[in-house]
Amino acid sequence: MSLEIILRSGLATGTILLFAAIGEILTELAGIQNLGVEGMMLLGAMAAFKTALATGSPWLGLLAGIAAGGLLSLAHALVTIHFQADQVVSGLSLTFLGTGLALVLGEGLTGQNAPLIPNVTIPLASKIPWFGRIFFADLNLLVYIGYLLIPIAWWYINKTRPGMHLRAVGEKPAAADSLGINVYGVRYFYTFVGGCLAGLAGAAISIAISPGWYSNLTTSGQGWIAVALVIFAQWNPMRAALGGYLFGMLRRFMLDLQGPMLLFGMRNPFFYNHNLVFFLQMMPFLLTIIALVWGSASARRQRIGAPGALGTPYVRGERG
Amino acid sequence: MSAPYRLRIQKRTEEVPRWLPMATSIGAIVLAFLISGVILAIIGGDPIRTFRYFYNAAFGSWGALSDVVVKATPLLLIGLGCGLAFRMRLWNIGAEGQFYMGAFFASLVPLVPLVDMQTTPRFVILVMMALLGMLGGGLYGFIPGWLKAKFHVSEIISTLMLNYVAVFWNNYWIYSEFSDAGFQMTPMFPKSAWLPRLADYAREVKAFSGITLHLGVVFGIIAAFIIWIIMTRSRWGYEINLIGDNPQAARYAGIDITRNVILVFMLSGALAGLAGMSEVSGVVHRLQERISTNYGFSGVIVAWLAKLNPFATILVSFLFGALIVAGREIQPSGLYFFIQGTILFLVISSDVLLRYKIELVRTAPEAVK
Amino acid sequence: MTITPQEQINAVEMRDIVLRFPGVLANDHVNFTLRRGEIHALLGENGAGKSTLMNILAGLYKPESGTIKINGERAVFNSPRDAISRGIGMVHQHFMLVPTQTVTENILLGLDKPGFIMRLPRYDQKVADLAEKYGLKVQPDAKIWQLSVGEQQRVEILKTLYRGAEILILDEPTAVLAPQEIQELMETLRLMVQQGKSIVFISHKLNEVKQVADRLTVLRKGKVTADGINLEDVNKETLAELMVGRKIIFQLDKKPHTPGEVILEVQNVSALNNRGLPALRNISLSLRQGEILGIAGIAGNGQSELAEVITGMRPCQGKILINCQDVANQSPKRAIDQGTAHIPEDRTGVGTAPGMALTGNMIMKSYDHAPISQKWRISYTAAREFARNLKEKYDIQAPSLTTQVNKLSGGNLQKVILAREISCGPKLIVAVQPTRGLDVGAIESIQNLLLEQRDNDAAVLLISEELDELLDLSDRIAVIFEGELVGEFPSTEADLKTIGLMMTGELRRQE
Repeated sequence: MSLEIILRSGLATGTILLFAAIGEILTELAGIQNLGVEGMMLLGAMAAFKTALATGSPWLGLLAGIAAGGLLSLAHALVTIHFQADQVVSGLSLTFLGTGLALVLGEGLTGQNAPLIPNVTIPLASKIPWFGRIFFADLNLLVYIGYLLIPIAWWYINKTRPGMHLRAVGEKPAAADSLGINVYGVRYFYTFVGGCLAGLAGAAISIAISPGWYSNLTTSGQGWIAVALVIFAQWNPMRAALGGYLFGMLRRFMLDLQGPMLLFGMRNPFFYNHNLVFFLQMMPFLLTIIALVWGSASARRQRIGAPGALGTPYVRGERG
Repeated sequence: MSAPYRLRIQKRTEEVPRWLPMATSIGAIVLAFLISGVILAIIGGDPIRTFRYFYNAAFGSWGALSDVVVKATPLLLIGLGCGLAFRMRLWNIGAEGQFYMGAFFASLVPLVPLVDMQTTPRFVILVMMALLGMLGGGLYGFIPGWLKAKFHVSEIISTLMLNYVAVFWNNYWIYSEFSDAGFQMTPMFPKSAWLPRLADYAREVKAFSGITLHLGVVFGIIAAFIIWIIMTRSRWGYEINLIGDNPQAARYAGIDITRNVILVFMLSGALAGLAGMSEVSGVVHRLQERISTNYGFSGVIVAWLAKLNPFATILVSFLFGALIVAGREIQPSGLYFFIQGTILFLVISSDVLLRYKIELVRTAPEAVK
Repeated sequence: MTITPQEQINAVEMRDIVLRFPGVLANDHVNFTLRRGEIHALLGENGAGKSTLMNILAGLYKPESGTIKINGERAVFNSPRDAISRGIGMVHQHFMLVPTQTVTENILLGLDKPGFIMRLPRYDQKVADLAEKYGLKVQPDAKIWQLSVGEQQRVEILKTLYRGAEILILDEPTAVLAPQEIQELMETLRLMVQQGKSIVFISHKLNEVKQVADRLTVLRKGKVTADGINLEDVNKETLAELMVGRKIIFQLDKKPHTPGEVILEVQNVSALNNRGLPALRNISLSLRQGEILGIAGIAGNGQSELAEVITGMRPCQGKILINCQDVANQSPKRAIDQGTAHIPEDRTGVGTAPGMALTGNMIMKSYDHAPISQKWRISYTAAREFARNLKEKYDIQAPSLTTQVNKLSGGNLQKVILAREISCGPKLIVAVQPTRGLDVGAIESIQNLLLEQRDNDAAVLLISEELDELLDLSDRIAVIFEGELVGEFPSTEADLKTIGLMMTGELRRQE
């Protein structure tokens, strides 16, 4: 067990989570709750894998994964924005739909090897002692894209005009509408972006970071963890990324706990009684709940909340 | 040259016609099958043959029908529980986990064993198992309910996380303490812990031989009836409806929301737990790693499709039971998930028709009053 | 289009406007003309169609038929953006501000400038300069939720001015202002008119309109009953008749009544509002049976919170005794059990369950005792009987008992709430803005109902923004400012000027 490996593992898993979480942050800031992230991730993973396999190009696979997530999210957008259906149920239904579709179209892909997005080492940065070896050497390209996405997302949301419009639409759509902002258009757009990022997260799994297609074990609940991360992060991309990286590190740590005979100088219970591993496997999920409790309580204290209009369909001229 | 008629979409002001909700649900199901047929055709399958096979597999014989009911039983119980929770806008997606916990708790009776399995009357054993099953599910439902009431934690995420936890919990016990000679399942329960099946009476009635329909379905039907009475005739049902419609108004009327959130979640979990008991006692006769074919999630869809009505839930659960039975042999296996997701998606899309009406109107200028 | 010297180009000309909503004809062939440089009042009771007409002008709604001309040229608005580009700006009754963003951000919302990368401090300065030009005091970097209602209104006005609006529409702007602030607003409007703007002033209050308008148009039930008449040509009575269609005798049956025992005692109560700031500071008051205590104050000074702590909807420090039982910090059920009725400010959000039927809403207070409930059951037969009786007694217009209440009009909704609350024979009634947004007929009946209850020895705590209503109905009046009671006196001693000063905190007189 080494800190270096845990950190690097955290970066890899965290990248997947942060793509999906930042996508959902954007969607929710516009006022739409998309619980179909898990389905979109799986669909993106399948599409990326299948396309990469078929065309021999991981880049086309990446594009396919992004497109798959985006297209599925358009269904959610249509139903929740134009038809004003309940956003929770719509998201759930798309999780089933996306998962099912991914499984159906992904028949026979298990066990195959698709061309992957390569690992890259950043030339100068990787020379930094210790730091450089961990954060800039021999990591998947998508990890670095993740590094860039975090500040860009934060800056876009808080410091640009479209970001201001985005926040207004999610907070008080009536105000935005009365000033000529196309509320429906904004919501469609960011739902689509969120879906694309979820698809990207899926592609990051199957053709980059945890290569392969293992039917629905490919995502194993990470989409849901991303949704929980959004709440924990209080809709802040930086916090979401931090949470994602921490989560990834935790995962790796749990895995490492099982290996050695001696743990911190004592008999390692997980080595001697293998079945105890199940309790370790529970930990990520229990910790997510604890993080939510903490996140909700802290948000309440600071009076930061969800975007004011989250989950409520907007109809022009409807009085309270 | 403009058309003499055009479509006008308007918000409904009068009440929705009674037949419309059911019609939209049925329409959604039909459309979902059509779409699945198209997808099947695209990937090279033969839709017509597949659907005919579906039909035979589900309805072709008494044995098949009995299988349908057996599969429908847990869906019915879970659908009822979820329907109750959804009425209060509590999204209990954790039925899967509550199912496993109920199965686990119920299995404690024969596994520990909690009573002597040879001398205790079967009736007592089964009642104990049922009560424990409900207790297990109820306790597991208490957790997300309490988290939501006290800490405003999103129940969608907490129940989903708890699903995974329950499966791991179950795994631990069946891999270690209760394992059957190292296999990943417990030993088979003694006959006294089995829910009676029609097949048990094969000697008296020849036709019953091989029919696996078990008592669990009776639990479901009774539960449906009880839930219906609660929702339409009781004070508690009125409170639940009020909270679901407008929690602020319920608070204003003096109703204790915290207490009701926890109670409803517990009842919802208890029903899922009972489903778990019914499955291990009536079908598998042991505790093993996979005792649910995603009943928890399918139950959510059943509840929504039945528009939260207990009696409609019976019908819909049978339909989905038929889907499961027919889909067992179907490749690709993901199709089952897909059809479910499509049905749900189409149902909620069609709900728009309940809020707006579409009319054909003349574009000629009208005289204004 | 050639213009002859005698012809005037009007700022706005609306002709033959028709707009229908499901179930109601909101604008019925309405004509409206706004001359350049005038302040034109648009009068009518609640529900007459004034806001609708102006929403059309602001681009929020599209009329089914009719034409609009701005400065002589045809205009078709497909969205608010089109209207804004033609120089029209609207200040809505319910502010369209984003609470979590700053004043400047709200003013800049929807515009093409600032560029992609915003440099807010520069715009903060621009906003401050504009505000000073028109005498409106704001702090550009304050967040909206931190501002008072009057300040928020200034932001709304600035929003329109920033966009170069030449035609301003103000929808019921005085509802949230104290008397002096109303004067300030009138002066601001005159200043704007001197600078060449044209203003439409929507109101249902005759006396305010007389102070500032040049001409007025009256709407009644969607039709124009007076088209651009001069103010000199009308008096209060004819105006009222134009608005309501019959001679109004402002008849309130208020008899003198001796109050009885003290039934409500608020002792040293402090509470926080939703933002975590103090809303009530050590407030004390008492109320006797058979009297009406009116609480005057500008919105946001703690009156909502006062009603909420008494009815158990908000935690607080201190004691609240109803019938000598302390109900503070407990479930609303405690207050209800002591005979409290609550007519809330928010009819759809708190007072009713919009998706439930009439019957279900009627029994909200009585569903847990006989005859409607027996042990664990509810007898819907008894419930329906109960609801039917109330529907008839209070003349509630609804297609049937199974109609969902979100389909009812504002007036009928309020009648449902009143019927339900009063039918329990309450000892204490907490009424918050009970007549807001209702037409004259409904207002009259509700006010008489409250007086009736008082005559039957109920105690009424009346919180209202309409000073006239408070003066007409109350036996005693108290003024609340920043969470404290700054004055309390019998209504016979009340005078508008003093109350106004108290409402803005400039005068504190202890009883």
